[in-house]
Amino acid sequence: MTKLESKIIVVTSGKGGVGKTTTSAALGAELANRGYKTVVVDFDIGLRNLDLIMGCERRVIFDFVNVIQGDANLNQALIKDKRSENLFILPASQTRDKDALTTEGVEKVLMELQKEFSFIVCDSPAGIERGALMALYFADEAVVVTNPEVSSVRDSDRIIGVLNSRTKRAEQGSEVKKHLLITRYAHNRAQRGEMLSVEDVQEILAIPLLGVIPESTAVLNASNQGIPVTLGGPSDAKEAYRNAIAFLLGETVETTSQKGWKKLLGGLRLFNRSPV
Amino acid sequence: MSVSTSTNNETALMFQLKGGLYPLTVLQLLGTDLSQFEQQLDAKIQQAPKFFYHAPVVIDLQKLNQAHSAVNSMIDFNHLASILLKKKLIPVGIKGGSPLQQTAASTAGLAILQDNAKELAKIEEPNVKIAYAAHAVTEASTDEVRGSNCKIIVEPVRSGQQIYARGSDLIILAPVSHGAELLADGNIHVYGPLRGRALAGVTGDEKTHIFCQSLEAELISIAGQYKISEDIDQTLWRTAVDISMENGHLHIRPL
Repeated sequence: MTKLESKIIVVTSGKGGVGKTTTSAALGAELANRGYKTVVVDFDIGLRNLDLIMGCERRVIFDFVNVIQGDANLNQALIKDKRSENLFILPASQTRDKDALTTEGVEKVLMELQKEFSFIVCDSPAGIERGALMALYFADEAVVVTNPEVSSVRDSDRIIGVLNSRTKRAEQGSEVKKHLLITRYAHNRAQRGEMLSVEDVQEILAIPLLGVIPESTAVLNASNQGIPVTLGGPSDAKEAYRNAIAFLLGETVETTSQKGWKKLLGGLRLFNRSPV
Repeated sequence: MSVSTSTNNETALMFQLKGGLYPLTVLQLLGTDLSQFEQQLDAKIQQAPKFFYHAPVVIDLQKLNQAHSAVNSMIDFNHLASILLKKKLIPVGIKGGSPLQQTAASTAGLAILQDNAKELAKIEEPNVKIAYAAHAVTEASTDEVRGSNCKIIVEPVRSGQQIYARGSDLIILAPVSHGAELLADGNIHVYGPLRGRALAGVTGDEKTHIFCQSLEAELISIAGQYKISEDIDQTLWRTAVDISMENGHLHIRPL
């Protein structure tokens, strides 16, 4: 596939442990699967995880900080995924800290990546400190990963505020396109009032919903085996991720529940979600 | 730093205003327990009674605010001032206070000393889309008001954002999240759920109101009088209300 206009997508959340890295890996792998040349960049300097989730931890030689500081060139640091022709990762440094990320350095690396790749997925660290701010500063779009519980929702709200004010696009008077991805969702627990419902989360965060990923053992298994969920065996989480990513790309998708409704209504095409 | 005024009237001048710089004792407040404060102050004065006799004192709140959240750093300034006076210290004013504390302090008759302009400047986050209505009142036609002065925000106010409408009303046409803070010298209107904090009349105007479509606030305050969500009547929770000050107390009325 010929390279389209390059897009930088940040996967962010504010809170830790909600599924940013899992989502980054799933997103990167699915985009690559669809023929887009994609790189996933780990911004979590000092707490490197993406390489584990993507199963390439034993192949890390040079990293993001080495490239910024000129100790290695980009091609030396990029790791090509063994499963997918179009998928690359730029690992974080485990030995440095986040102060190694300078605005100029990050910009230089991202600009170089843009020459090569259609999608650059930036896996943000938790928090709102330097690493997280650098991961989102140059973004064109943002996937805000949120668990259906109050602390995660509040942190996401905070990070949306940061996306609205402290990005390059915001400084230039334009906007980072924001998408809400709810992860670890258990429908029956939400119905019993044990966690927030999708509607509750949407009401508070007020940004367009990209998808809902169910709580699933498939996600845990995939992480432990170093296989992005979207490259793993069939599961509800995989289907949900693939739907969300199709939606991100502007395709019209049917979710499982919509299929159910359609059956009920005798095949009437009532529920066609259009891209936001 | 010198300000002087004089009149050309024929009558003899009774006063002149001038600026001056004088040493003041700065009392850095570290906690809010005033009975403990009083005991410790007593002990300190015992060590050097003459040094403290009738000394003007500025209460510095910066360290307190760094260590405590806004709710935990609320102080009864009337009480604090009376303790100082009892110990023959003269409370002059406060510095480094939050807008809420500043209001409370000025209500207690204390001056607000500005550290620097930086503190005020950081209050506003950039990029919130803001519209200003024009200042319509001119010197020539003071009785002909053609518009009002207010700040209108059309996007959700997110957790961690702080918006201050200086010298005007504040109108929000979107939800206000938990952890967001609205401050206005005038009234505050929220056409959406109010889940964060809203402080109207922060410079002391007791006639200001807070209006919102759904009261879910962490804290509401008018001219320094405040209520936290725990103290709000549960029957009014999540309803449209008008909050005002009546006889020195906050009054919440359904709309």
